[in-house]
Amino acid sequence: MDAEPAPVIELTGITKRFPGVVANRDVHLAVRHGEVHAVVGENGAGKSTLMKILYGMYKPDEGTISVDGHPVEFGSPKDAIAAGIGMVHQHFMLADNFTVLENIVLGAEPRAGVRLDFAAARERIEETSERYGLGLRPDRLVEELSVADRQRIEIAKVLYRGARVLILDEPTAVLVPQEVDALFSNLAELRAAGLSVIFISHKLDEVRQVADRITVIRRGSTVATVDDPQATSSRQLAHLMVGSELPTPETTESTVTDVVELAASGLALSSQDGPDLLHDVTFEVRRGEIAGFAGVEGNGQSELVEAIMGLRKPDAGLLRLGDDDMTSWPAHQRRMAGIGFIPEDRHRQALLLDAPLWENRLLGWQGNPPAGGRFWIRPQAARAEAATIMREYDVRAPGPDTIADALSGGNQQKFVIGREMSTTLRVLVAAHPTRGVDVGAQSAIWDRLREARAAGLATVLVSADLEELLGLSDTLYVLFRGRIVARLDPAEVTPELLGSYMTGAAGQEGARFTTGDAAGEEQAARADTEEESR
Amino acid sequence: MTRLLGWWRRIAPTLVALGVALAVTAVFILIIGENPIAALVALFDFGETPVAQANSIGVWINRAAPLFLAGLAVSIGFRMGLFNIGVEGQYRIATVVAAGLGAAIVLPAPLHILVITLIAMAAGAAYAAIPAILKVTRGVSEVISTIMLNAIAIGIAAYLIRSPFVDPELGAGENVATTRLPESAHFPGLNELFGVLGLEEPRRPVHGFVVVAIVVGVVVAVILSRSRFGFELRASGLSALAATANGISSRAMVVKAMLFSGALAGLVGLSDLLGSAHRFQPDSFVAGYGFTGIAVALLGRNRPGGIALAALLFAFLDRAGPRLQSEGIPPAAVTIMQGIVVLSVLIVDEVARRRLRRREERRARAQDQATTPVEVAS
Repeated sequence: MDAEPAPVIELTGITKRFPGVVANRDVHLAVRHGEVHAVVGENGAGKSTLMKILYGMYKPDEGTISVDGHPVEFGSPKDAIAAGIGMVHQHFMLADNFTVLENIVLGAEPRAGVRLDFAAARERIEETSERYGLGLRPDRLVEELSVADRQRIEIAKVLYRGARVLILDEPTAVLVPQEVDALFSNLAELRAAGLSVIFISHKLDEVRQVADRITVIRRGSTVATVDDPQATSSRQLAHLMVGSELPTPETTESTVTDVVELAASGLALSSQDGPDLLHDVTFEVRRGEIAGFAGVEGNGQSELVEAIMGLRKPDAGLLRLGDDDMTSWPAHQRRMAGIGFIPEDRHRQALLLDAPLWENRLLGWQGNPPAGGRFWIRPQAARAEAATIMREYDVRAPGPDTIADALSGGNQQKFVIGREMSTTLRVLVAAHPTRGVDVGAQSAIWDRLREARAAGLATVLVSADLEELLGLSDTLYVLFRGRIVARLDPAEVTPELLGSYMTGAAGQEGARFTTGDAAGEEQAARADTEEESR
Repeated sequence: MTRLLGWWRRIAPTLVALGVALAVTAVFILIIGENPIAALVALFDFGETPVAQANSIGVWINRAAPLFLAGLAVSIGFRMGLFNIGVEGQYRIATVVAAGLGAAIVLPAPLHILVITLIAMAAGAAYAAIPAILKVTRGVSEVISTIMLNAIAIGIAAYLIRSPFVDPELGAGENVATTRLPESAHFPGLNELFGVLGLEEPRRPVHGFVVVAIVVGVVVAVILSRSRFGFELRASGLSALAATANGISSRAMVVKAMLFSGALAGLVGLSDLLGSAHRFQPDSFVAGYGFTGIAVALLGRNRPGGIALAALLFAFLDRAGPRLQSEGIPPAAVTIMQGIVVLSVLIVDEVARRRLRRREERRARAQDQATTPVEVAS
């Protein structure tokens, strides 16, 4: 090996706090020249915050960023771009009615005097495209192009601005498998040309396939950097991501009764392109039971939640609430019947950010007395109820008239949970109830869920946090590609077993997974799903 | 005390904005080489004689009532993120239909007016239903469809006056118009009220429909702030996603809000129709309330109280137009001033809103001190 050059990017002891929560704590990350460096971690582990710090969108509270061994300070993305760092966002930022060429030069137009020098730009873009195998056609309109093409334009945009380090934020989330392969070969070209790529993902098999080194982030801190991904199994990585010591589930008495409160049978939801979002999902939740749903993000959890809440009409299947068939009920009728809802995206789905807390108290329950009603709402009653929630759920805010947006994320979440649970519920659908909240609030929320369970609530819990799932659930279902692939007893499940079900390595029959490469696991999973459908 | 302070905080930005608007208009008047002070005096000049003053107040009221109703109609759409640019067309159609059908039916006085009012509201709502249905079924932007329906409304109105609703006793050379409304459909004027208040009676009718407008304003305010429908409307406007996730169907709300808005738009033309015109005649029909209503709603920040004040301000400025002209200042100065008022209010308002928001955030954070950084990592 040649004399170790300074890493192109080095983050040392980065800490970033937001009100009530530490997003990054003492993060260390070194990216070498010419490597694809993956950053993996669960949703909410702090990957995005870290990348925003690196790209100059946030300022770290502590720690230093070095580029080529020299400490730097980024006031804005402009500074980061000047230092040779480029970001390809998960959501593309392209003007649809512009050509590829125009999009790439947008904001960094080449000038010849006062005129735009498109000829020079075209030459450079064609050269870049040739060199890294991007296959760009400069004169095509962006609106005519596929998602994968657009992603390549984003990459070209970043390269055009002279980036030596590319940050790709979950680039494969929007791609189909063949496109993923194409992207990986593009990345190989970039690496061969001496550029560095930071690849953010939570898809472990992909990461193992493409990355030279992998840094794992767990709860805001870097826990390990793996130097040899090929020799590390997905399960070992999952271990690092989740924490090596999974907590033993709470040994509280089972409160599960015989009364089925929520039952789904044969729920199916097809997508316009690609595989079914939900396929023959059948389960029952009894009074006093917490049914946990595990799965890698994007395997049907959101769709299941929306189907239960009546926000999305399933193509087939039945939903029953107690003795009633609620398949055809509109969303508000389900609410009125006593189904509480903690959505996964509290900012967009759970709260009216520009409205005061008392109005947020009414949201979803505007038809239920005493604060709501069939025709009239009662602001005074709503204010009183909001104040009660704030007291009982420790929501720290000046008062019921405070605008929801002024609260920190943890307090917003506590308020949402308080709102849903202070009504007489029969069923609670909770999606990631503790995502993004601090440890104190987390354990408080867990206690509340346990209390409600003891009082006879039937809970559907969707979470990416295995600790939460194992600690709370009475029954654990694993969703993979829209199907329930396993029904497990949380007291007996091992992280390895859970991991293999979640990645599709194990089928319904049991832990029958191959220890080979990712492609092998993929094949095994496909074989399993095919077997089931027969 | 805190209540007064809170009220002051809300009103202060508007006052600042009005000052800015006045200053900018003064600069404009200076630029065209006239005396801004003289213009200001003319603005507040209600006339020398008591009769002229009473007339002037009458004009103010007659102008303010329809502007207020138009502003209310627009604001209903705004409150849920819908841009009903079609109030103009909706009230034109509603007024023609009300004039035509109103003349065709015979009823005792109060009932006749009530029925005409309901007809106008129904017609306005029906015309507003078109963009609503287009939006929920085909995803057509209501901005585009309402603007185009405004143009279509002129054509439909012209047809209706000429064919089904035309006055059969129209003399030769007389302008085309609908049949005159019978006496029972004349809304009593407020002229006597001036005498009761010790003023001269205005020579021209002062439309009593302003009373209806005030009642409608109160009803709308109550519906918006106290009813479940109003809450769902506001929730949809604040965040369609959150509203949907919490069981408020956004499609249903689009239809309901457009119908509500259109029904209010239907009232806009009644002040003139029932108060003085008594027939629909294209030449004397006052057009443009629908468009000015957009500015009024913006200025009034989509709240009924604010819209009332904004309508009074706009009507006040409109009234001063002829007076300014006699001072040698083009009446366009009034339009310019109205535009500047709206712009400056919006800008100052946004600045104030952000400041308030930051203050709230600081207060919330101060409350949060006790919990700040709990270490997350294990």
